Amino acid sequence: MQMLFFLCGMLTVAFVVCITMYLVIKGIPAVLTIGPAEFLLGIHWQPVDNEPEFGILPFILTSIYGTAGAVLCGVPIGLITAVFLAKSAPPRLALIIRSAVQLLAGIPSVVYGLTGMIVLVPWIRNIFSLPSGATLLAAIVVLTIMILPSIISVAESSLKAVPKEYEEGSLALGATELESYWRVTVPAAKQGILTAIVLGVGRAVGEAMAILMVAGNVANLPNLFSPVRFLTTALAAEMSYAAVGSLHREALFSIGLVLFLFIVMLNVLLRLSAVIEED
Amino acid sequence: MQTLTVSRTLELSKNMPNAWFRLRRRIWNHGMLAIMYFTALMVTLLLAGLIGFICFRGVPFLTLELLTSASSYLQGTIGILPNLLNTLYIIGIALGFALPIGVGAAVYLTEYAEHPRIISVIELAAETLAGIPSIIFGLVGMLLFTQLMGLKQGVLAGGLTLVMLILPILLRTIQESLREVPNAYREGALALGAGKWNTIRTVVLPSAKEGIICGCVLAIGRVVGESAALLFTAGFGLKLNDFFTALESSSATLTVALYIYASEQGEIDVAFAIAVVLLVVTLALNIAVMLLGKLSGRKA
Repeated sequence: MQMLFFLCGMLTVAFVVCITMYLVIKGIPAVLTIGPAEFLLGIHWQPVDNEPEFGILPFILTSIYGTAGAVLCGVPIGLITAVFLAKSAPPRLALIIRSAVQLLAGIPSVVYGLTGMIVLVPWIRNIFSLPSGATLLAAIVVLTIMILPSIISVAESSLKAVPKEYEEGSLALGATELESYWRVTVPAAKQGILTAIVLGVGRAVGEAMAILMVAGNVANLPNLFSPVRFLTTALAAEMSYAAVGSLHREALFSIGLVLFLFIVMLNVLLRLSAVIEED
Repeated sequence: MQTLTVSRTLELSKNMPNAWFRLRRRIWNHGMLAIMYFTALMVTLLLAGLIGFICFRGVPFLTLELLTSASSYLQGTIGILPNLLNTLYIIGIALGFALPIGVGAAVYLTEYAEHPRIISVIELAAETLAGIPSIIFGLVGMLLFTQLMGLKQGVLAGGLTLVMLILPILLRTIQESLREVPNAYREGALALGAGKWNTIRTVVLPSAKEGIICGCVLAIGRVVGESAALLFTAGFGLKLNDFFTALESSSATLTVALYIYASEQGEIDVAFAIAVVLLVVTLALNIAVMLLGKLSGRKA
């Protein structure tokens, strides 16, 4: 019986190993055929031309810019809400907002995409008088909303885990409650807040369907007001029509590998920061 | 780190007589409170606005006919019954495989595992799995199940892909609820002569029932909302199939159908109607989790 349970546990490990191996085995050949420099730094993506070009720099930069934008907007909003929920809010109000945040977390990404497509995209087109509102800006707004719940809930629980004595010490020294929260509790919950941010980054980097519907899906170098394509949306949009066995399909697997490496790097950085903090 | 902050607070209070400083401090305090209320209000309004708008656009088109029929090109009608069923099929398959694995792995971690290294390897794997973007699961699922194992696109390949996706959620929730089972229960069972496995089966697992159900509800929520992982594994098919046909024929779930209707067929009204259905399901699952939490909280 113990063996069976052990196997169940090991299956989790096997999934991770299997995913990693598959991505590496399937992702490497196309990179080698195209040339690592040309693949990662090329700025033209024309997979079905007579002389196809496979440069994914636009996707990489778009993913980085989009994520950075979402994190820059989402982290302050999320952190402020988290401090409010954990410390200042009247209990009943906190309960309402907390349920709202939980519900936001559960809404499927296609629903965000649909609403973004119908509401946000026309707004952006009209406000900035653009030919099309499906732009990097629209994607950043949608991503910001989508990463808020994870940032808020993780930051809130780490703020709550800070010992009350820290705040009490600060209050005894004459600081107001708000000053104590922001200058004592928040710095003390640094590691948890960092985890919240990394979680948000992970969610933003990996999101595909919502931004597929609002980002315009053109392989441009990222610009706030032009349609763009992310690493994830390149996969989602092209996998269904890339011919089996073609270099195009192989290159899409390589994009998957690049995306996977992004996520792995992120987790390694988080672990390193936790180790440094402990020392 | 903390001493630094405290000493800074001390420094602040020394400067108290300075009127300008006192004013600035008052402004900061009041301003910050206002900002916090404003931000929290915005987040709540955002949700209210989102739900209100979706209902406003979707509810008028949410007819009984839409819910109980399949799309037909000949008659030009649209129905989402196949997608509802496909979603249920995929929930069934994904949970059917993932629940035993998740329970098994959680039991191993809390009841059997002795080497800290093995525990940390499994936990690290679950954590990693939880962080992988769903589109990657879709890619690997396609390679693994449709290419390597030769399944056709359908709910079987889709469901198996989602097993990998929901396993970490199940594992974490079940592990937590198993940990909360008091050790005295186990000792009591052992003292009555029950073996390890008997103890787990008759005492530990039943007391962790709420947690296990809660894990299932969370996993169902994840499956219902998932789309990227299903695009290349379950496919885009909108035809009405029974369970066994659907296993290996292209079948779109509600989320994928929403994407198809919104982005490819321009049927925005239908898409909003599906969004309403998805919202209702999400809300129901959220309430279920909350009730389950209360239930297990009362017992403890």
